[in-house]
Amino acid sequence: MAYVSIADRDHEIEHHDPQTFITKYIWSQDHKVIAIQYGITAIFVGLIALGLSVMMRMQLGFPDAVALINPENYYQFITMHGMIMVIYLLTALFLGGFGNYLIPLMLGSRDMVFPYMNMLSFWVYLLSVIILLASFFVPGGATGAGWTLYPPQAISPGTPGIDLGILLMLGSLAVFIVAFTMGGLNYVTTVLQARCRGMTLMRMPLSIWGIFMATILGLLAFPALLVSAIMMILDKTVATSFFMPAAIAAGESTGHTGGSPVLFQHLFWFFGHPEVYIVALPAFGIVSDLLATHARKNIFGYRMMVWAIIAIGGLSFIVWAHHMYVSGMNPYFGFFFATTTLIIAVPTALKVYNWVLTLWQGNIHLRVPMLFAIGFVFTFTHGGLTGLFLGNVTIDLPLSDTYFVVAHFHMVMGVSPVLVVFGAIYHWFPKMTGRMYNETLGKWHFWLTFLGTYSIYLPMHYLGFLGVPRRYFAMGNTEFMPESANTLNAAISVSAFFVAVVQLIFLYNLIVSLRKGEKADSNPWGATTLEWQTPDTPPKHGNWGHDLPEVHRWAYDYSVPGQELDFVAQTVPASEAPVGRDHGVTHE
Amino acid sequence: MYITLILLGIIMATVIGWILRQTLNVQPWVSEAADDAVSGASLDADTKTVGLTTFLAVATSIFALFISAYTLRMDEPDWRPLTEPNLLWFNTALLVLASIAYHWTRNAAIGGMTEKLKPGLAISGLLTIMFLGGQWIAWQELMAGGYYVSYNPANAFFYLLTAVHGIHLLGGLWVWARSTIRVWTGAEADSVRLSIELCTIYWHFLLLVWIALFGMLLST
Repeated sequence: MAYVSIADRDHEIEHHDPQTFITKYIWSQDHKVIAIQYGITAIFVGLIALGLSVMMRMQLGFPDAVALINPENYYQFITMHGMIMVIYLLTALFLGGFGNYLIPLMLGSRDMVFPYMNMLSFWVYLLSVIILLASFFVPGGATGAGWTLYPPQAISPGTPGIDLGILLMLGSLAVFIVAFTMGGLNYVTTVLQARCRGMTLMRMPLSIWGIFMATILGLLAFPALLVSAIMMILDKTVATSFFMPAAIAAGESTGHTGGSPVLFQHLFWFFGHPEVYIVALPAFGIVSDLLATHARKNIFGYRMMVWAIIAIGGLSFIVWAHHMYVSGMNPYFGFFFATTTLIIAVPTALKVYNWVLTLWQGNIHLRVPMLFAIGFVFTFTHGGLTGLFLGNVTIDLPLSDTYFVVAHFHMVMGVSPVLVVFGAIYHWFPKMTGRMYNETLGKWHFWLTFLGTYSIYLPMHYLGFLGVPRRYFAMGNTEFMPESANTLNAAISVSAFFVAVVQLIFLYNLIVSLRKGEKADSNPWGATTLEWQTPDTPPKHGNWGHDLPEVHRWAYDYSVPGQELDFVAQTVPASEAPVGRDHGVTHE
Repeated sequence: MYITLILLGIIMATVIGWILRQTLNVQPWVSEAADDAVSGASLDADTKTVGLTTFLAVATSIFALFISAYTLRMDEPDWRPLTEPNLLWFNTALLVLASIAYHWTRNAAIGGMTEKLKPGLAISGLLTIMFLGGQWIAWQELMAGGYYVSYNPANAFFYLLTAVHGIHLLGGLWVWARSTIRVWTGAEADSVRLSIELCTIYWHFLLLVWIALFGMLLST
């Protein structure tokens, strides 16, 4: 171990101080540099996936307007868009990016506990991204199996990319899982073992709780994807029949016997559903902190929020088959999974109530991060409500293959976490770079993105009710689809192009502010958490200068009566700002 | 999926139970002197031990999922049970002995008996390598008998499970090699103690996994 980040073993910190440009910025073991490396890579692939969605919307809104888009590459775009967004963007950005940046800073450690492994985690992640992107350029192209990669079609003739494309996809996923595991062991161990003095578990900011639980879910759930990827690679390369049923393709037997495609679905969704919460829990946590900070009020029901995160984490392992209602499984299974699905809505709804109650009578500052956080509460509630519909077997069956599902999961898992990503970047940008961004541009970015995404996805629910099927390259002349549905599709596409272009404002703002932004104060928002109390902004290697911070209170002492400032940092001793039972922090 | 659910249920119950004990009856909004004195570590264990334990949870998940996949796939009509080579009994004995040898080495390391480390590590490593060699020979026997990987899902699972288990052991051998080199270049017991202790845990874990896998293969 290069060094330990615990207060009492302070003397060991100098061990991996970076000396050269390369060790400082490239082969860096500093969690902040690794976080930014993760973040930039994730945003880069995210932009590619955004480009793919523009191409898909082009085809859907204006069929055959672009000759370049044919059915094969339409399916490749679907597949890569989904996979990149869910795994290589959101998972990597929330855990590899924000997890890496925030865990040591918010908990008062000098770095992750295994810095070398942390560095390796990023480079292996980058490798997985390169393998994934390489699949566009191999003969046969990328796989077009859909992001769920269901066999038998994922490796049967007729699907694009059944040769190298699918192998590179599965290989890339396996490599990603290795990278995630190395990172995940770090996050869990750092949270458990390397907090500063006084930082009890219940004094941790909710961002850390969300990231911590999401990491545990990831460590236990990603193996299911690994197992299914390995077995599918074997089905493809050495003609085993784990998943592949006996089939005849092009007049010849494929050589497979009696494999079970439903087995793959079970394994895939055993990973796939916890994955939703791997993305959602960090977003939940970060939103809680943004709301409390910018409403100058303690988070409503902190303990409930923690227990809700834990409950959601536990329940997320027993809802997976609600993705498989149309797979022909036993109806009693459907009943069981519908019940668990509705139960998991309880702690989730509890969190939404608590966010709203945090805002209630708060001193709300509508700064850019706050706008995004409030926007998230809206989009997440809407996406969550349609989830209640789809969680019921009888409602899911007719809607399952329509745009209603597309609209649902984009609201709940696309728009919502991405709004949090934006909010979080705006919130921590001053700390990461030492400069402020342009507030006006940030507000334009928010409003155009927020309203723009609504104008994409609200009409899409309606298309779903009409029965417009998802996954289709072209609708053709379908009787049940009125002409207005096609017009609506065109309108949705225009909104989608608009939202995609609006993101340029965000990139422009970040890049320009990086160089020309106003110098940021070390704590511009008046936040209580430790990362805002660092001696340097941006924090230097080792984060805390000579002495580690000591924590004397929780992270939510905002607007404490009798105090001069409207926040009390976690490092302030009780004697200077007494808070507690007898002092009535909750009296407004 | 029952086996996976039970094992993950145990892991999650342990994690959640532990977290709940830390969080019930706590009033974080009250600034308590008792909390201020809490040092950074939640568990009374070395950081690397916590890291390894977490990894064992991940590995448990991997093997549990493979076992679940095996039991689900077994129900399909094309499944033809495989008769495992008797050599596997011998291999199992080797792995048991390797585990015992590692444990003995660990005791020596804790007791500060540097002179016992060389034979201890050599024997543990040798037995483990022999186990892997034995598995390889078992593969050759099966292939010579015409039990190819693609002929039947039972065959495919046999190769797959033994390979995954073997790869985990190879990872362990890499750490074993590092501590062995250090011992040979004159490291004292105290400096390699942790590495040997962690390897011992890992070897015991992989022995348990092997016994579970072997038992499942034999009984089906």
